[in-house]
Amino acid sequence: MQSLLKMPQNPKYSQRMSHTLYCRCAYAQVISGPVKNARLEQLCASGEEFEAVPDLCEMAAARDPRLAELAHKDDLRIIACHPRAVKGLFAQAGCPLPPTAEIVNMHEALPAS
Amino acid sequence: MPANASEIAALLDSGNAVTVSADGYRARHTGNTPPAAAGASTTTATRSWKPWFPVIDYDRCTNCMQCLSFCLFDVYNVDENSLIEVRNQENCKTNCPACSRVCPEVAIMFPKYSGSPINGEPVNASDLSREKMKVNVSSLLGGDIYSTLRNRSDQAKSRFSTERSADKALAERKRCLDKLQRDGFIPAEVLAEIDLTNLPSPEEIQRRAAAASAKAQAALAANAAK
Repeated sequence: MQSLLKMPQNPKYSQRMSHTLYCRCAYAQVISGPVKNARLEQLCASGEEFEAVPDLCEMAAARDPRLAELAHKDDLRIIACHPRAVKGLFAQAGCPLPPTAEIVNMHEALPAS
Repeated sequence: MPANASEIAALLDSGNAVTVSADGYRARHTGNTPPAAAGASTTTATRSWKPWFPVIDYDRCTNCMQCLSFCLFDVYNVDENSLIEVRNQENCKTNCPACSRVCPEVAIMFPKYSGSPINGEPVNASDLSREKMKVNVSSLLGGDIYSTLRNRSDQAKSRFSTERSADKALAERKRCLDKLQRDGFIPAEVLAEIDLTNLPSPEEIQRRAAAASAKAQAALAANAAK
């Protein structure tokens, strides 16, 4: 299934080309729904281009080739869980993260806006 | 929640990966549908495996092979360089973090576990000193685990040869599992899901333990020779 849905015109959807990955952490309730939704809202409102996936653990288990592509990006930002776990998942999938990768931990409280 | 975020969330919860760009967003089904969305209409077959498996923190791992020796489900193995690796993730027992508790370096994580530091939170000094984290495999059942398993097997053989009671065998397994639960090695909810009538026999457990131990010893010897 593939669909392309138009977003409303938003000048914030600019030419910023950072690579942001958002993990929905399916299959487990370790990160609360409201926190995941709030982070997703922030991303949508930021105008930033991003990629969202149902579950990073599942991708790592399947050694999804997309992980290797992402791991080669210098400006990678991952919004998921504990950085130690995220680094471990990428390493275990055969594509260690570069030291420049930023990991936003959804276990931690959202910064005040 | 703004409409777009809510639509993207719904797509994710139905097992789609979503790419958001200036042009809009594009959804691609991953082939899996998380349980939360199992009731949602989908034309793709759902997959039942929950991605629950150990993740090794190689910054902490010392290749001691305790996890390889401990796991009877063949989750761990060694690579061509005799380094520990997670080989058969789908063999892992969902919600069971027992192997992480035998790791003396707290190097085994389960990202979907609720407690720290098994969930990947930073390891602190108190984690390392906690008795739970420093448990020695050989003390798990009050002595050498393999001797204990062998003794159990011998006792079981002797008992079954005279009694051949399936009920007693079941009770024995239940007692062993109760002890593992009391000691905090296996969460109650995991035990509740285990089919006691379908557990490996004592002989099979012994065979698996011996095979895992042999693999671990071979890897340790190879590493020592380097």
